[in-house]
Amino acid sequence: MSLTLATEAPPFDLPGVDGQNHSLDDYADAPILAVVWSCNHCPYVIAWEGRMKALQAEYGDRGFRLVAINSNDAESHPADSFDAMKERAREQEFNFDYLRDEDQTAARAYGPERTPEVFLFDRNRRLVYHGAIDDNREEDAVGERYVRDAIEALLADQDPPVSETPPVGCTVKWKG
Amino acid sequence: MTVELLYWDGCPSHPEARELLEEVLRERGLDVEIRITHVATREEASALRFPGSPTIRVDGRDIDPSGADEPPSLSCRIYRLPDGRVSPIPSREQLEEALA
Repeated sequence: MSLTLATEAPPFDLPGVDGQNHSLDDYADAPILAVVWSCNHCPYVIAWEGRMKALQAEYGDRGFRLVAINSNDAESHPADSFDAMKERAREQEFNFDYLRDEDQTAARAYGPERTPEVFLFDRNRRLVYHGAIDDNREEDAVGERYVRDAIEALLADQDPPVSETPPVGCTVKWKG
Repeated sequence: MTVELLYWDGCPSHPEARELLEEVLRERGLDVEIRITHVATREEASALRFPGSPTIRVDGRDIDPSGADEPPSLSCRIYRLPDGRVSPIPSREQLEEALA
């Protein structure tokens, strides 16, 4: 079951593709934090990946941080292995942290169903938006930019105009 | 002509793929019933040589031969569009070519 709105972000401490471990506390200075469930193999993630980079590039200087977590079972989906993640991040020049949740502990704590799926937290690390990045995997056809609008609202000390949308993408690949 | 659409319901792309397939069939005046197969288990995926959802075959031939030999998998299939982008469904051009 997914986190409910206003819930505090569950802690995590996970290895990143940069060779360092990253914990929730490492992002304490960020006034806005997006934790995005992601992976390598999913065409929906690939379609939205550029927009994830664009969000980090556009709002990074105002303290926004995006961190992507891949919890997928790499046994059934080898393209989602940690080594493949490192390669993907290098190829695509990710400007955000990309973390491996090998034992799926973080996934069980947050409860994502899909990739990509966004959990957006405010300065107090309360969940203020959960769902899709925007309303269309085709960038040219996007009408509603949920995450972007939520970030803009938070930067203006307002509530996001939309707080929940259904995530669209591949299912999280659970072990067992 | 036989047209098959195999899908796994863990991937949300199959309704859109089916709609596009029906549209292309209609445009080409092909009155063909689409055989729909739900792939639910890894065993079924292996038995059906199902490389991901959706998979569309015309007369038994995958409309995207480049991805047909990927290992059987309960996952969303990746299609490469003519402009190089990646999509969870095939392009209209791929379908038109397969149905020509």
